[in-house]
Amino acid sequence: MTKLLLIGFKDLKLMFRDRAALILILLAPFLLTLGMGLVTGRFSGNSGSGISDIPIVIVNLDKASLGDALVEVFNSDDLAELVEPTLSDDPEAARRLVDEDEVTAAIIIPAGFTQSVIPQNGNNAANEEVKIEFYSNPSRPTSAGIIKAILDGFMSRLDEMRLSGMTSISQLIISGRISPQDANRAGEEMGARLQQAGDLSEATAIKLNASTSEGEAVEFDLLSYFAPSMALMFLMYTVSYGGRSILAEKAEGTLPRLLISPTNSLQVLGGKVFGIFLTGAAQMLILIGASTLFFQLRWGDPLSVLLLVLAAVFGATGWGMLITALARTPAQIGSVGSAVMLIFAMLGGSFVSLDNLPALVQTVGKITPNAWAMDGFTTLALGGPLSTLSTPLLALLTMGILLFLVSALLFGKKNLAQK
Amino acid sequence: MSNILESKNLAKSYGDFTAVKGITFDIKEGEIFSLLGPNGAGKTTTISMLSTLYAPTSGDATIGGHSVTKDPMAVKRVIGVVPQDLALYEDLTAKENLVFWGQMYGLGGKSLNSRVDEVLEQIGLTDKAKNRVKTYSGGMKRRVNIGVGLLHKPRLLFMDEPTVGIDPQSRRAILDTVKDLNKQGMTVLYTTHYMEEAAELSNRVGIIDHGELIALGTQDELTKQVGETETLTLHIGENEDPDALAKALNGVEGVQKADVTDHEVSVITADAKDILAAVVSKANERGIKIRSIDIREPNLEAVFLHLTGRALRD
Ligand SMILES: Nc1ncnc2c1ncn2[C@@H]1O[C@H](COP(=O)(O)OP(=O)(O)OP(=O)(O)O)[C@@H](O)[C@H]1O
Ligand SMILES: [Mg+2]
Repeated sequence: MTKLLLIGFKDLKLMFRDRAALILILLAPFLLTLGMGLVTGRFSGNSGSGISDIPIVIVNLDKASLGDALVEVFNSDDLAELVEPTLSDDPEAARRLVDEDEVTAAIIIPAGFTQSVIPQNGNNAANEEVKIEFYSNPSRPTSAGIIKAILDGFMSRLDEMRLSGMTSISQLIISGRISPQDANRAGEEMGARLQQAGDLSEATAIKLNASTSEGEAVEFDLLSYFAPSMALMFLMYTVSYGGRSILAEKAEGTLPRLLISPTNSLQVLGGKVFGIFLTGAAQMLILIGASTLFFQLRWGDPLSVLLLVLAAVFGATGWGMLITALARTPAQIGSVGSAVMLIFAMLGGSFVSLDNLPALVQTVGKITPNAWAMDGFTTLALGGPLSTLSTPLLALLTMGILLFLVSALLFGKKNLAQK
Repeated sequence: MSNILESKNLAKSYGDFTAVKGITFDIKEGEIFSLLGPNGAGKTTTISMLSTLYAPTSGDATIGGHSVTKDPMAVKRVIGVVPQDLALYEDLTAKENLVFWGQMYGLGGKSLNSRVDEVLEQIGLTDKAKNRVKTYSGGMKRRVNIGVGLLHKPRLLFMDEPTVGIDPQSRRAILDTVKDLNKQGMTVLYTTHYMEEAAELSNRVGIIDHGELIALGTQDELTKQVGETETLTLHIGENEDPDALAKALNGVEGVQKADVTDHEVSVITADAKDILAAVVSKANERGIKIRSIDIREPNLEAVFLHLTGRALRD
């Protein structure tokens, strides 16, 4: 086990001594991100926004204080640029709009929603939970994620209030100390408070670039898109570079030398894979650190970002291993690796947001670690909590495991000893 | 003396081609054993099987009592290997290389550091230990390559043509190192295609050609096989035809065998002085100009020539 780690760290060291590799792994994605930022006016404070006017439909069947408050949130000035809400009375029609790809998501506030939160008329007994339905278009993960994040923000704010204040209100009603009418007023007050922009932005953490764009405009920072895109694109380079080093070490004789030392081949191969993983993780974390430092970019909750990085690197390493297992020469890995890097970047939405690509591309894109990781990074940048990451994390881990199994089978047939 | 290595019918095929055709020999604890053979003879393939890198197609060998096929891990702990081609990380320094490889041999902590310093001293690179290997000369790289094989003080050291392609000075240093190591008790299996190296270093020599061990024994035993003979080597002008000369000489009295090697004609004879005049006049007769003549006592080169009809070096 120690030997496995030692081999991995040796590879990390070697990578940092390879100037050409460093340029591609770190400098290129950083400069590209910078370039994207300049082109899109990210640094001039303009709110040139790649994602804007996300069409959604809201069906408010609640027609009471909290439902109205949510509608207000989506119609607020803060979100005017980002969201384009329409109202409807028909849940079925709203869902159809989503299915037909007319809108990104439908938010259906069921009747009795307010009442379920704030018992009225003394009638609080057995109020089952009445849930807001979020019906989204799976083919637009990024913009749906944004809407979901806003909704989640509203809900968690609501939960907070309910826990802190409203339970006591309902207790007051039960104990008969205040009248149901008063409770109703309390509910309205709560709704009003929920609408307040300050609370909202705090709750959703949507204002990512408040520090650069002057106003208080809520906007999805474009760099939150480009920085991970570029990092992920060059992550694919890193994993194929790492895979290439396996075949290069074979050709240069250091791999056979490892195999005749008292180290078993699993440790040797495991060490090489660990080296790729380490290099990829180091690359991602350095790029994330640099963009945080130089662009004041907010990536979101650090622990969640770290988990997502590790999962993404794991999935990508799986691809690196597959390419390595299929290739015969280091040069082959080089060319196949570059091709895969570009194709995955395209399929994974690194250049054009997946939301704007045909459904087929979006489906095929799911084989790339880029697409899943982009999903996760976007959600996190919008303030999404760790729990929203479960799908991308699971997908990336599954991807990695499957690819490792396939590569292991292929590697079994490969003679690593022979030069 | 006990045998540290015993090889029995060790064979290796690459597809249809049999590179090593079942070789049997043993190495005694404490000796330097040379495998002498021309390019492509199967030396590296043999070393690769003995060092557990390649599985033999058939046959087996034991090293320190452990079978290379059944207990490779135990074998690996007994042996050190200096591969024919450099196997180092060029972007690491000599010291970093030695530390890394030491760790792969299970060394660590203080003992690793002191051992690395010792080896650096031994290969004469203490001063340059902190330079990256890629900045080294060929000879220096070879020395690091050897150093890696010595780190864990193996009982048996395999050295596969460690002097190929380096300057005479470095070569001298390497040969002296081998002798030193052997004096300190290390058993060495040394492969080469230079008969002088085999002659200088080894207690016993195995001559390998086309994957077969064609002779085995001490130098004296081997040269006796050729009989009480001497070798005359005739260096002729560039435009002369060596084949014609060899053919003509084969008819001369006292000549046991005349062969062409490179652009030289080698003549095996019982007494070189006796036939010298006849050889020269035969050449004159044919109008072939001889530039110089060497007379050699029987040596390993002659043994090889005698056994195969070819020269060791091509
Ligand atoms: N991987 C391989 N596949 C096919 N043939 C091989 C392979 N490795 C070696 N050979 C062949 O096996 C024969 C023996 O090769 P080997 O490398 O053992 O010779 P050697 O004695 O070490 O030669 P040299 O002095 O050139 O190093 C050669 O004819 C070589 O071409
Ligand atoms: Mg060889």
